[in-house]
Amino acid sequence: MPTPPTPQTSTLATRLHRWLRRKEALWILLPSILATVIFIYVFIGTSFFFSLTNWRTLAIDLSLREPVYQTYVDMFGMPRFQADLRNTTIFTILFIAFAMGLGLFLAILLDRKVAGRGFFRSVFLFPYALSFIVTGVVWRWIFNPETGINLFFDLLGINSVLAQAGMEPLKPGWTTDPDVVFSVNGLLAAVWPGGADFQIEWGIPIALIPVAIAATWQLSGFVMAMYLGGLSGIPHEVREAARIDGASEARIYRKVIIPMLKPITISTAIILLHVSLKIFDLVFAMSGVGPGFATDVPAIFVFEMMFKAARYNLGAAASIVMLVMSCLIIVPYLVSTFRHRE
Amino acid sequence: MPTLIQNPKSKIRNRAARLLFWLVLLAAVVFYGLPIYVMVVNGIKAAQDVSLSTMWNLPPALAAGGFGEAWARLSPNLRNSLAMVIPAAVISALIGSLNGYVFSKWKFRGSELLFALLLFGFFIPYQSILLPLVRFLQMIGLYGTLPGLVLTHVVYGISVTTLIFRNFYVNVPRSIVEAATVDGAGMLQTYTRIMLPLSAPAFVVTLIFQFTNIWNDFLFGITVVPNPQAQPVTIALNNLSGSFSVDWNVVMAGAVLAALPTALVYIFLGRFFIRGLVSGAVKG
Repeated sequence: MPTPPTPQTSTLATRLHRWLRRKEALWILLPSILATVIFIYVFIGTSFFFSLTNWRTLAIDLSLREPVYQTYVDMFGMPRFQADLRNTTIFTILFIAFAMGLGLFLAILLDRKVAGRGFFRSVFLFPYALSFIVTGVVWRWIFNPETGINLFFDLLGINSVLAQAGMEPLKPGWTTDPDVVFSVNGLLAAVWPGGADFQIEWGIPIALIPVAIAATWQLSGFVMAMYLGGLSGIPHEVREAARIDGASEARIYRKVIIPMLKPITISTAIILLHVSLKIFDLVFAMSGVGPGFATDVPAIFVFEMMFKAARYNLGAAASIVMLVMSCLIIVPYLVSTFRHRE
Repeated sequence: MPTLIQNPKSKIRNRAARLLFWLVLLAAVVFYGLPIYVMVVNGIKAAQDVSLSTMWNLPPALAAGGFGEAWARLSPNLRNSLAMVIPAAVISALIGSLNGYVFSKWKFRGSELLFALLLFGFFIPYQSILLPLVRFLQMIGLYGTLPGLVLTHVVYGISVTTLIFRNFYVNVPRSIVEAATVDGAGMLQTYTRIMLPLSAPAFVVTLIFQFTNIWNDFLFGITVVPNPQAQPVTIALNNLSGSFSVDWNVVMAGAVLAALPTALVYIFLGRFFIRGLVSGAVKG
């Protein structure tokens, strides 16, 4: 919205008036500005500073390390932190693929006159209202190898069939499974000399899959709600026109509707990306660090370094890495949204 | 309805498609209902009826199950959560309302940039401010206290509440504000006399959004308040779930108790909830 209509020829009086008004506005905003400067910007700066210091015991030591970036060197060399970076990457891919896919699918299902449409929408969105801790606590039991999902393999008779065929019963370890599949270490070492130095397996940790499923359970309804909002904004004529052209329903969605929803796809994916990069409570409650750090994530690393191990500089360094990862996604998005509006 | 071509042959296909449609929808309901089922059904089982092999079974007899013990263990923490979430949600909504008003109706040179800088706080992973925050709260003597936690939630809530109110006020006609200023009312007077009475819908949305977010928070609770007695319920539930001396039905009942407040808000005020979610999802 434009600034208040003031005459173009600003006399001294109107200028004074504007100046006074700006002052008043700033007074109202002052507490928030102060709080933001301190609690966001100064604190981020302080965290960064901590990451450069020798502070790695309970006793505060704010002398700079030599070289100052040594904590980062140490951290990226840690097998655990390497596993964290791998896990964040894999978790993000799985979670976004599952949640976006399921959310879009449900939105398309409900994008028509269905009896009880409101009910279904509410059921699918419901998990979004719950805390990640509740979700984690419950899914942890559902994916417990001794009960939960694994009981179905008995109940459905799958295991008795397997037993008759002389095979082991199906009993996946889920979050307790230390295996990493589709490892690409060999490939990495072939294309990049440094690739052989990785101390962890670069692949898909099996244990992360149940966590991604739980996160999908929680957030796919949100994706659905976003898409339903977008679908309701598409004029009826668009579909009609495509139908008259003889396009099938599936084709209309694929060629017309889904491309029209692109802005929603982008902003929803960014929100999910943001959730997934800082995921903490769900993993913490559901699986913790996992076998061989198979489900460890940077947020848990930060928490443990800061509040359990008293390795403050290391925790601060990891938190700065998390911040940088978030900024790489959010800042271009915010800039483009703001620019688009002007 | 997905109108397929209307000829008699496609009638059977049509019916099959409809059956498939409902089956898929049913499968989705089962998927979303599964954890809720596990929580409730096992929560109401008596201790001797809970076993790993019968997780999916209904309780053999109706019982208060684990709820009595879960309540005994969690009620102090539920109270803490309530004592934290109400002031934090109200204060952050009030501040957001004032900010949103200024950012939408009294733009000045640099106000857009200021708004963007404020909004940035919504997107940072809070891990990156955690250590300084804890040190700061220790310095001012609020570490480990509920007021400290309220302060934390208010401060980190400002960006999103400002965003919601700004998006709301943008749609209030400027002329209303101008009329008041012509009458000689100042900026704050115009706010209390004109804008505030118009803001009820935005307050409902913001309060629900903040209530849900703050109630469900875990990171700040566990780092700002180390004392188990003073912790919010999400942290207490996690402790309960991790302790081996607690029966499983108690944990499930505890999960129901911790989920109940936000679940009730969702069930009864769902449409505002969806609105908050959409305006919280940044559209600029």
